[in-house]
Amino acid sequence: MADKPIRNFFRYWMCALALVCGLAIAPPAFAAKDTLVIGISQFPRNFNPNIESMLAKSYVLAMARRQITIYDPNWKLICLLCTELPTYKNGRAKNEKTADGKDGIAVTYSLLPQAVWGDGTPITVKDVLFTWQAGRHKQSGFGNSELFERITSIDVIDDKTFTLHVNKRTCDFAGISGLELLPAHIEEANFAEPVEYRKRSAYETDTTNPGLWYGPYRIAEVVSGSHIVLERNPKWWGQKPAFKRIIVKAIENTAALTANLLSGDIDYIAGELGMTVDQALAFEKRAKDKFDFEYKSGLIYEHIDVNLDNPVLADIRMRRALLHAIDRNAINQQLFAGHQPVAHGQTNPLDTVYNPDTPKYAYDPKQAKALLDAAGWSVIKQGIRHNAKGERLQLELMTTAGNKSRELVQQVIQSQLKQVGIDLRLRNEPARVFFGDTVSQRKFPDMVMYAWVSAPQNIPRTTLYSTQVPTPENNWSGQNYPGYRNPVMDKVLDDVETVCEDAPQKKLWHDMQRLYAEDLPALPLYFRANPFIMPKWLKGVTPTGHQFTSPNWVETWTAE
Amino acid sequence: MFRYIAGRLLESIVVLLVVSFAVYGLIGLMPGDPIDLMVQGDPNLTPEDAKRLKALYGLDQPIIDRYLAWLGNAAQGDFGYSRNHGQPVLDVIGSRIGNTIFLLGISLILSLAIAIPIGIYAALRPYSPLDYAINMFCFAGISIPPFWLALLLIILFSVTLGWLPAGGMATVGASGLLDRLEHAVLPVAALTIASVGSFTRFMRASMIQTLRQDYIRTARAKGVSTTRMVTHHALQNALIPLVTVIALSFGTLFSGALITETMFSWLGMGKMIYDAILGNDYNLALVGLMIATVLTLAGNFLADIGYVWLDPRVTIASRADKR
Repeated sequence: MADKPIRNFFRYWMCALALVCGLAIAPPAFAAKDTLVIGISQFPRNFNPNIESMLAKSYVLAMARRQITIYDPNWKLICLLCTELPTYKNGRAKNEKTADGKDGIAVTYSLLPQAVWGDGTPITVKDVLFTWQAGRHKQSGFGNSELFERITSIDVIDDKTFTLHVNKRTCDFAGISGLELLPAHIEEANFAEPVEYRKRSAYETDTTNPGLWYGPYRIAEVVSGSHIVLERNPKWWGQKPAFKRIIVKAIENTAALTANLLSGDIDYIAGELGMTVDQALAFEKRAKDKFDFEYKSGLIYEHIDVNLDNPVLADIRMRRALLHAIDRNAINQQLFAGHQPVAHGQTNPLDTVYNPDTPKYAYDPKQAKALLDAAGWSVIKQGIRHNAKGERLQLELMTTAGNKSRELVQQVIQSQLKQVGIDLRLRNEPARVFFGDTVSQRKFPDMVMYAWVSAPQNIPRTTLYSTQVPTPENNWSGQNYPGYRNPVMDKVLDDVETVCEDAPQKKLWHDMQRLYAEDLPALPLYFRANPFIMPKWLKGVTPTGHQFTSPNWVETWTAE
Repeated sequence: MFRYIAGRLLESIVVLLVVSFAVYGLIGLMPGDPIDLMVQGDPNLTPEDAKRLKALYGLDQPIIDRYLAWLGNAAQGDFGYSRNHGQPVLDVIGSRIGNTIFLLGISLILSLAIAIPIGIYAALRPYSPLDYAINMFCFAGISIPPFWLALLLIILFSVTLGWLPAGGMATVGASGLLDRLEHAVLPVAALTIASVGSFTRFMRASMIQTLRQDYIRTARAKGVSTTRMVTHHALQNALIPLVTVIALSFGTLFSGALITETMFSWLGMGKMIYDAILGNDYNLALVGLMIATVLTLAGNFLADIGYVWLDPRVTIASRADKR
């Protein structure tokens, strides 16, 4: 039916289309070695270090700022911006009484004499005072205000030295990573109306202002949602970083992240904000010749919270039986190639306060069956246990829908519990519903699987103290979701904060871990690992496993 | 004509009010608020901090009060502040909408440039081997999940061949048009492949139906060439159903293509609206969705005008009467 003009039209049209496509295709530009391009899976929502905490922001700011104190890769508290940590021995920590007669403490810090903001203005006590005043203001929008509230006054010794008077004597007095300094010479004007500060802060309106930054790098360009360019800070006083520029690109889809790595569009996938272990393991099989893979386990504690208001689970024999019936070592080996070590409690073995003698629950189905029998679940019908009343031993385990790792672990646990006669039903919800409703308002009937993120020597008050159980009366505040109430644990939690002598404090930490293991308000599973996928030429990246991310030592990264 | 336009405008304002209330209410019904999300990500935040921040952000107020406050400010041109981006909402949208129009506009033009001729070509040879082949490619284009197609394109053109960048909108530090076009090739291709199939099927079906009309038979009997018959007699009528489809996709043109934007790290409206909804960024989600609504309504209006242009029998008055 078609005639010649139509055929000709199609020919011309095809040629034109091919030309358009061909013109657009050209060899891509590749980054030079003086530039490191890092891929992360999240973009920071804002850049003010005190307004809202998020990992992507901490990661980027670690290259452009230095906190006064942080934990190093060996989980030891160190000074980054101060000259030495305050101790009773060096006289920088002194006990004192507060105005209302309570036990307080005075701690003195000296800022590094050579420390300056990126515009050359010295970092001084004036910045400390401004940050403290801003943090204490109810409408400043600062996230965690507890530290600022605890500091009742600040004595200025000289431009670089100051003494904090703290109204609560706790053993972690030396660490003040929460006091994130703001440049008074820039931000004071923006704080004129505190309620508007979060919108007017130069960190949001003038992010590339050099005076905001004081790390090895400073932020030179921000394309919201896409990338951040960091350039060497000429005013940085420490070791000169090897890379002239670092570009941090946000690529949220992990498949696209790996494709970008393979294509050379990015050099390195950050472990802190990249792939999960199962994704990295699959990628490693294909690309182990091209990249170095390092798996660092840390402070992300995967566990199963147990609803202790449920009479079946309130029986400690049941909880112990559950843990004996789950082969956590096999889960780690089979699903995570041994990279996510089994947890025996919420304290990581890398933590200096870890108790190696904490009771442990080995995989022991015989012991699990004996405990279940003792708990009254001894009648087995069609492979499932029943009690004397004829009730079926059926439990429900919930987790976040779409989290492949957790869903896989869930299925393995289901199969392992079946072996001892427990019928485990799985029900998952989107993370938003799961955390926003089911967990936070304790709506789960039996068990929920998720992770806690903590810090070294973190006192788990909000998750274990008896007054921290969320209820309608306290407007669902607190994070003690299992509903764990033990006066002995409450006492230990109180004391471990204030008994600071080495031996008694160590005993309290050990008691806390022992109690946790004995009472099992939650079933420990494993510590999640972060996979760092680095090009073979990139050296010096040291994963930490805690909240102070590897770029805090970015000046030691080199290309070889 | 004036009555018709005024009626449509009034109708649009009502639709917008209903949409804004529905979106605000639905986001508000989602479990948790921005501060709850913040608490989940920060173990140091105390219940007192959460309470203070909720008061500061106005989240301790009933949702209807918050909506009315937003509406009052919006009526004065203040669309609020985006929590996800730390910028005024209009600034965020301003930086995104151009990217989306660029990406989806090119892909729409390309899709039509491919679909219309192929659809006509297939319609002229129905049930021929070529028609079957075209149909097969159309169904493949419709069926392939966008994320998978995007990955395939990245693996082929970026990883294996190394011809094109795998994502982003431009090389950092580069500002040339060619560089921007290079970055647009793969996302445009992904979107075009995904939409060309359905457009081709519509065009083919419509053209086949038109070619069966009496006036086409008469034209053929009079000895009109196939080219003239298609271009002068059939095409205009065959385009009418396609105009409806294009009009309906007009809103999508501005609300973005979520999956493609995510896979190629393209800073468009789709990803922005999605993140805003999930992050309880009420102001941004609302304004983004309302812009999409306005443009869908505008698209429908333009489609009505398009019908008049394509089919002289249709008049604005008759369209208004039908409403």
